Amino acid sequence: MTDGHVLEDKSHFRGVWVFLEARSGGLRDVSTQLIGEARRLADLRGMPLTGVLPGHGVDPLAEHAIGYGLDRVLVVDHPILDIYRSRPYATVMAQLIRRHKPEIVLFGASKNGRDLGGRLHAILETGLAADCVKFDIDGEGNLDMIRPSFGGKSLAHILCKKHRPQMASVRRNVFVAPPHRPDRTGEILHESIELSPADVDATLLEFQEFTNEEGLRPEEAAIVVCGGYGLGDAKHFAMLQDLADRLGGAVAASRKAVDSGWVPKMLQVGQTGMTVRPRLYIAIGVSGAVQHLAGMQESEKILVINLDAKASLFEIADYGIVGDLFEVVPELIRQLDELKPGGVASRGALAAEAR
Amino acid sequence: VIGGPPGIDPPRIVVCIKQVPKAQELQVDPVTQTLKRVGVPSEINPPDANALELALALKDRSGAEVVVLSMGPTSFDESLERAIGMGADRAVLLTDRILGGSDTVPTAYALSETIQKIGGYDLILCGEETTDASTGHVGPGIAGHLDIPQITYVSDVRVAEGKIRARRTAEDGTEYWETGMPALCTVNFGCNKPRAPTLTGKIRVKRGGVLVHWSCADVGIDPKKVGLLNSPTIVAKVDTIKLPPRAGRLFTGDVKDAVRALLEALLGDGVIAP
Repeated sequence: MTDGHVLEDKSHFRGVWVFLEARSGGLRDVSTQLIGEARRLADLRGMPLTGVLPGHGVDPLAEHAIGYGLDRVLVVDHPILDIYRSRPYATVMAQLIRRHKPEIVLFGASKNGRDLGGRLHAILETGLAADCVKFDIDGEGNLDMIRPSFGGKSLAHILCKKHRPQMASVRRNVFVAPPHRPDRTGEILHESIELSPADVDATLLEFQEFTNEEGLRPEEAAIVVCGGYGLGDAKHFAMLQDLADRLGGAVAASRKAVDSGWVPKMLQVGQTGMTVRPRLYIAIGVSGAVQHLAGMQESEKILVINLDAKASLFEIADYGIVGDLFEVVPELIRQLDELKPGGVASRGALAAEAR
Repeated sequence: VIGGPPGIDPPRIVVCIKQVPKAQELQVDPVTQTLKRVGVPSEINPPDANALELALALKDRSGAEVVVLSMGPTSFDESLERAIGMGADRAVLLTDRILGGSDTVPTAYALSETIQKIGGYDLILCGEETTDASTGHVGPGIAGHLDIPQITYVSDVRVAEGKIRARRTAEDGTEYWETGMPALCTVNFGCNKPRAPTLTGKIRVKRGGVLVHWSCADVGIDPKKVGLLNSPTIVAKVDTIKLPPRAGRLFTGDVKDAVRALLEALLGDGVIAP
């Protein structure tokens, strides 16, 4: 089911594509973030920028996507594309790529984006670089796909010199979405791809949406309070939640805390978890394994609270307190309460006056 | 054309595993800013261990033959033997010099060919990604090569009446998928607790005959499709990350004073609002 190993002349391949992932009637933010970077690459190459949108009834979304900087959108509209399904989406992308021969194809590294890219690169037998954080064009016109190597302490430059298209995925929040310009015009092209019911080889029986009871997601929060192995027990995460609540932030966790079963995996920051870049990242009892750094080192400011002065995270801290987190965090909460108008301190003062 | 004869009894589950340096042991050399790899012990890639545990749980529940497959140097025997110790029935190591430097395209191809050589299969399980290369591309790549259904990022799989039901974790919720067999699932890191090897399992390893080494020629892998030179991607160079300089202000002394000074700094720098 693969393309075989006969390489086609790469000069036949032109243009930059972005896979547009629809979710609950909108575009995933990783898709809009990618458009900005893809625009830059297309301009560097002097080539058009195309969004590819498989789905059902997605024309309004295609129109909207153009506003982020696309020249055109290829829409494949079919009832079986109404939700993401591995096989039909890979079939659609493979056929469109063979038909139009883009030079570069970018995917958001969402679960579906990785599911699609992984299947597709094997079918097309071309290169796919995961989790890129930066792109460049080299002297020969190749896409320089830059990604953190093992542990995130170094950056590997990946090139796909002979095969086309050059494909790469990018995690959420690595690039910033360009401003939306509703007046921007672009072309919407409807592509037909033959799909049959046999392409639906898996059925979605049920979907249970995560409720927002746990509050703000770390990826969306301006302040992230991350707990590590130093917390010692699941119950101590309540204290971190108290701190996060006072700062309007979200709680996250290191891999060791997740491994210990204290908090769900979906809160994990790091290489096998999520990437965050908040205004302030507060690491509490986190030693700072290199895999952890990969998920948070782009934070604007980093505050580290750890008993171990040698914890490697202190090396990248903007602010640090070496001390027992069970003393420091309650004190931090107490002083934050004092700062708030009507907080403990002012209430205390009022009580004293009343006496 | 693809897959095995349907309805093998008991069903055969192939679990693809990789041996990686132990993640927790990795430290950065403060001087060179590179990873200290020397003397770092190896382990089964943790998400692959979760995939193996899932397979063994299926075996416990309703019977299955669990075959563990890896591709790499013979030092990977250590992990394959551990897998048998945990309860896998047998193991295959695809090992050949010409595979060296393969990226995910030849790796997915070579593993697909080896799975077909193993014979019929009902379910292929892989970890969601490896902790060293961290791409997550090989599992879906195998499914693409074999042209079978794939369900990625699953935390549980049930097999009943020739069908697979899998619980998939998406960003915004949990999806329940059903598909026919054979199929491939990639398993979430941390979704279960991999069991320890048992004495019986270790004895099976000692007795031998449960682990085979295959070369590319044994499997019928096209040498022109594997290895560094036949990989679409190359690592052109590696740069040490120059992290933006950080202020590194350390607040010391009495906890009260340190916290007060910290809050003043955070407020003063506009990092938090009063």
